[in-house]
Amino acid sequence: MNTASTPSTVITDSSTVVLGIETSCDETAAAVVMGGNDVLSSIVASQLEIHARFGGVVPEIASRAHLEAITPVISQAMQKSGLSFDRIDAVAATVGPGLIGALLVGVSAAKSLALVLDVPFVGVNHLEAHLYAAMLDDPNVEFPLLVLLVSGGNTLLVEVREHGVYQIVGQTRDDAAGEAFDKVARFLDLGYPGGPAIDALAKTGDGQAIDFPRAMLSDGLDVSFSGLKTAVINHVRKFPESKTSDIAASFQSAVVDVLVAKTLRAAENLGARTVAIGGGVAANSQLRSEISEACARKDFHVVLPSLAMCTDNAAMIASAGWHRLRLTGATDLDAGAYPNLGLTVAQR
Amino acid sequence: MIVLAIDTSTDAVSVAVSNSKQLLASSHVLSDRRHAEQLAPIIKNVCEQADISMREIDVVGVDIGPGLFTGMRVGIASAKTIAQVLDVPIIGISSLDILARSVATTERVVLATIDARRGELYWAMYRNDVGPSIEVKPPAVGKVSDCIVDVVDRGQATLIVGGGALRHRTSITESLEATGLSIEWASEQFAQPSASVLAVIVAELALHEQWQTAAELQALYLRAPDAEINWLTRVNS
Ligand SMILES: [Zn+2]
Repeated sequence: MNTASTPSTVITDSSTVVLGIETSCDETAAAVVMGGNDVLSSIVASQLEIHARFGGVVPEIASRAHLEAITPVISQAMQKSGLSFDRIDAVAATVGPGLIGALLVGVSAAKSLALVLDVPFVGVNHLEAHLYAAMLDDPNVEFPLLVLLVSGGNTLLVEVREHGVYQIVGQTRDDAAGEAFDKVARFLDLGYPGGPAIDALAKTGDGQAIDFPRAMLSDGLDVSFSGLKTAVINHVRKFPESKTSDIAASFQSAVVDVLVAKTLRAAENLGARTVAIGGGVAANSQLRSEISEACARKDFHVVLPSLAMCTDNAAMIASAGWHRLRLTGATDLDAGAYPNLGLTVAQR
Repeated sequence: MIVLAIDTSTDAVSVAVSNSKQLLASSHVLSDRRHAEQLAPIIKNVCEQADISMREIDVVGVDIGPGLFTGMRVGIASAKTIAQVLDVPIIGISSLDILARSVATTERVVLATIDARRGELYWAMYRNDVGPSIEVKPPAVGKVSDCIVDVVDRGQATLIVGGGALRHRTSITESLEATGLSIEWASEQFAQPSASVLAVIVAELALHEQWQTAAELQALYLRAPDAEINWLTRVNS
């Protein structure tokens, strides 16, 4: 089949407008971004309420919700940007990692847009986009950059030496940080998603009340949270009268201590100029304050993206798409979705 | 009037372009679940073969299911977006309607079937005796035996079409012949719905402006997600 359709080199400059689409998990999002970092619009339709009663994201339900939301979300993004479809120079969509059925809704919509508008399609790695979310709020970031990427699906320490050159130097051996928050919140009956619930409750508790383990604190750059989760469960069984707010605060302190220590160590190893955080857990208030304090002590410039840029959105997809077009060009229209795509896998 | 028709609800990726009078180009590829990879290049190719630019499309037609959930969503998301960008109307037709329409005029009642996996079928029944198919039994999902009960209840000579029933051809034939009903099987050529047939239906409906906007169009799943079924079972017990 002849699929050579789009030019492989695409001129990207400060006037290049990219429409980004994100459907990898439970947010349907579209955004219009000019020149890689000028966000003209960013619309996110969250499915949080739909999945809450199941205590987690249900793939088939997510895929159905994406299909219902995709058209209005794209319409709103265009309307808010003030631009017409004819002004779009390229269309970017998340191709992975994520839920296959969910990803395919966004990929199909994006490829159709590219076809009709006769502009390049560019497949974006969701993890790479999270790195660009950090840079979107601070475009003058100096390399090398160390990014802590923490979400429900990932816990990664990433060295960014320059655009498109990444090395994962640390990751979780078991649960992702967000997963640990969700599991502990479920155990404590705090509802779903667990991150915001624990963060709120922790503010009323004592983070020093219980000395939960800090696994592998002085050992390399990897992290592990499954022992901590077990420790919380054991503590509650042993001391059922313990205040839930103290448990939440002490659990959160243990997670944050480990993440901050590993991030700082990785940044020192790299000789980083800048430290950034990203992903849903980067919205955690204690992580944000403690990492800024630690970076200030070590004289690292720190980038704390806005909460909207921490959670999944399409502005980061459009931004990463703009950089991908510049680095590797357009993606063929016969691209699919890649549920297990890794950050450092060579891009097509 | 240029029609773009897209069908990805079964194992095939099927695309057709027609004007008011005739089919201009079409492609029907057995996909092996690679709908998302194949659809966009096929649309591009069929439009080129038809010698039309995508901007000339006046109405988009799409198979809304029932069928493979992921497959049909690829077609529906694409069709919706094409209609949205072009600012043209969209017409959604069920996979069962398309199958019924693909068999010729017949005095028999037409049983259209799509594979629902887990040993189940999606089915609906039609009269094909005068002109376009008329639905006489609305779409349902269930066991093969439930489908057979529907056919026996109707008690008419039946023409069976579609890959759903073909999978269970022997057992369906035996069960129905045992009741003395006259049955006939449509050619296996019509096992999957085809975008060429869809294009014909869409062109007819478009004449009467029986269309929707891209945002309004909904998929026809017929089966709830497993998690929802389990949740309801738990809540109700
Ligand atoms: Zn994410």
